[in-house]
Amino acid sequence: MRIRGLRYARGEQVIFDGIDMDIPRGRLTAIMGPSGTGKTTLLRLIGGQLRPDAGSVEVAGQNVARLRSKALYRLRQRMGMLFQNGALLTDLSVFENVAFPLREHTRLPERMIRDLVLMKLHAVGLRGARDLMPAQLSGGMARRVALARAIALDPEMVLFDEPFTGQDPISLGVLVSLLRRLTDALGLTSVLVSHDVQESLSIADYVYVISEGQVVERGTPASLRQSTSPWVQQFLQGQSDGPVPFHYPAPDYRADLLAEGS
Amino acid sequence: MTGFLQRLGATTLGVTERIGRAHLFLLHVLAGFPGLLPRFGLVMKQIYASGVLSLLIIAVSGLFVGMVLALQGYNTLVDFGATESLGVVVSLSLVRELGPVVAALLFAGRAGSALTAEIGLMKATEQLSAMEMMAVNPLHRVVAPRLLGGIIAMPLLAAIFSAVGILGGHFVAVGLLGVDEGAFWSQMQAKVDLYEDIANGVIKSMVFGLVVTWIAVFEGYDAVPTSEGVSRATTRTVVHASLAVLGLDFVLTALMFGDE
Ligand SMILES: Nc1ncnc2c1ncn2[C@@H]1O[C@H](COP(=O)(O)OP(=O)(O)O)[C@@H](O)[C@H]1O
Ligand SMILES: [Mg+2]
Repeated sequence: MRIRGLRYARGEQVIFDGIDMDIPRGRLTAIMGPSGTGKTTLLRLIGGQLRPDAGSVEVAGQNVARLRSKALYRLRQRMGMLFQNGALLTDLSVFENVAFPLREHTRLPERMIRDLVLMKLHAVGLRGARDLMPAQLSGGMARRVALARAIALDPEMVLFDEPFTGQDPISLGVLVSLLRRLTDALGLTSVLVSHDVQESLSIADYVYVISEGQVVERGTPASLRQSTSPWVQQFLQGQSDGPVPFHYPAPDYRADLLAEGS
Repeated sequence: MTGFLQRLGATTLGVTERIGRAHLFLLHVLAGFPGLLPRFGLVMKQIYASGVLSLLIIAVSGLFVGMVLALQGYNTLVDFGATESLGVVVSLSLVRELGPVVAALLFAGRAGSALTAEIGLMKATEQLSAMEMMAVNPLHRVVAPRLLGGIIAMPLLAAIFSAVGILGGHFVAVGLLGVDEGAFWSQMQAKVDLYEDIANGVIKSMVFGLVVTWIAVFEGYDAVPTSEGVSRATTRTVVHASLAVLGLDFVLTALMFGDE
């Protein structure tokens, strides 16, 4: 995947202002940044659900925004996406959710679908939850089912939007190593969006840190840890004081409190 | 004054744009119909959800409407000594007019609102987005079976409404008011025409089924993806679908029976 000069704005708010990224095949690339910087938006631009205002997003040599819908759908079959909140289909059971892409895109016999689904569910530790409905799952479990669904068709690329959120320490450890193993064993091109710094750094091959519409740092995890940028150091160590503002842009606190209510 | 004109212009543009969008949406959904043939199970599920689950309210309403028709008709006909024609009055009113229209209004309230809420919530919880990313077109997978289900279910519901209504009318006319049973049925048989009356009624209810379900699925698909947005869309479905049914009924009636 190649991103060049990407610009995207929602109304007045400029979310990306000229971003360049290269996401190599068969590697795990992490994209980190404070919440609200547009990580989810970036994944939607890669998946072709949003169109950039300028610049290009190329996936497997094709400019996503230029594709006609047939070609875009063909490309998406090679791409899995784990949504931030899971986005499971609420009228289908866990089993049927994972089977959904298989039933839509293949003509496999029922027996084989069953085996494939159970294998994917086993990988995320939820084989026993196959008959539950999405409403009966916790947030972390739903995200793991969504992960199983994202890899159901054995895609070439997977986009993971914050898979670690809401996981207990044990599932977290399993998930972290699962992502690494999937990438290595299947030669998957993985894009991991996360703000869990330590987990992401421990498995990523390459890291981009974005903030305020720019790539502020890029490099291998090791080089990032060595970075002298105060910005990166603050982000990696999670200090509240430093160049990164914790607050969404707002008028002066004192003036705001003293202002007359309108 | 200019402010008023500006708002008028903006509203007109907004409404026109939405109507245009609704038609494009319909075209895209209709393109998904051929793909439904090999997986008719999806449509059956929707016929069940919007048709079978609306049966009770349709049957009960039909019963009462038929009974009221018989009572009212009797009071008018008795002055002319024509109470044997009660069967004709009841059945023609139901088959031509009240069956399709009232069943469609009930359908809009019972099934249409449910469709809008369901699709709106699927949008709000990103399920439609997730389908798109799985290379499954939600217009074909989610919307098309619901639209086709509505088009099939509506005439069946209207037929059941009319049939139950006629039974209700029969109960009041023959059972309570003492109208001659043979006259009730034979006059009905003689006067109700298969093409002129029944077929036209079926056409009406198919049109209503298309329009009500179209409005319902479009409102859901177009809803602002929040709780408030979905609730507004649901209300709009019931209001717009009911108005559309009543307005179209006039047009269709004029076309079908206007030259008698
Ligand atoms: N549907 C939307 N409408 C308007 N603004 C949005 C919408 N979705 C996201 N945003 C804005 O875009 C910015 C980036 O959002 P997002 O990509 O979800 O951030 P992240 O995933 O990095 O936390 C946020 O500031 C948010 O306010
Ligand atoms: Mg996000």
